[in-house]
Amino acid sequence: MTIIKWRPGRSGYRFDPFSEMQRLQREMHRIYNTLTDTREASRPAGVYPHLNITEDEDNYYVRAELPGVDPEDIEITTQGNDLIINGERKIPLEGENVSYHRREREAGSFKRITSLPTHIDSSKVAAVCKNGLLIITLPKAPEVKARQIEVKPA
Amino acid sequence: MSDKELQVRDKRELESAGERTKPGPVFIPAVDIFESEAEITLLADMPGVASENVSIDLHENQLTVSGEVEQLTSEKEEYLLQEFETGIFHRQFTLSDRIDQSSITATVKDGVLRLVLPKAEKVKPRKIEVKAG
Repeated sequence: MTIIKWRPGRSGYRFDPFSEMQRLQREMHRIYNTLTDTREASRPAGVYPHLNITEDEDNYYVRAELPGVDPEDIEITTQGNDLIINGERKIPLEGENVSYHRREREAGSFKRITSLPTHIDSSKVAAVCKNGLLIITLPKAPEVKARQIEVKPA
Repeated sequence: MSDKELQVRDKRELESAGERTKPGPVFIPAVDIFESEAEITLLADMPGVASENVSIDLHENQLTVSGEVEQLTSEKEEYLLQEFETGIFHRQFTLSDRIDQSSITATVKDGVLRLVLPKAEKVKPRKIEVKAG
């Protein structure tokens, strides 16, 4: 089992020459990758399933393509900042008197662990599987959410 | 749990499917095709495609299957990691058997299209009598 932790190199909005250099390095890496590989996907971990992770103000969203996986065969656990997706893809037999022309779809088990950048409110994590697309919504912990403080006139 | 561990594979991108009006990547779905005496069944992995966004076309012997994935993210979301892209699934096959077009059935479940193509009844062999002249 290959487990690759993912840590985004995010820094604040302050100017930081080291993070600027890292950003430049990432950008060079991305350009190099686009030259050698036409796909835009960056730094794939090489573990099934492929994940897309996004964020907005309140939540992180983790999406995975799991066609033909019964939602009952997917197990999602959180542990601190880590998200663990476990499951199995089953392909039932199609009778005995059939002859296959093509067999490209594969069955098997999978496990993927990924780390989220900040704490999450693990009691409110929700997951839906729609049309073979898994969407996990992970609310950010209240202490990491940006809060605007109103300035009152004296 | 089965012993086999699923290996991750990049989606195969279609090089040229004619120019589309909507820009975006076009992918080749993985398929299983099997045949029984009465019918040919095609299973295609199309994650994220709703049943109303699947289109199936059979013209002469050319079978075209395509499906479109709707935009996944809302405008407020920013990507932290992107390992897969979404777009259109498209694949074309040439069928060697004659298909009974009126009884084709298609269902989509958990992002897998199941297309059942019943074979047309073979034209019955005709016996031609040779009359003596």
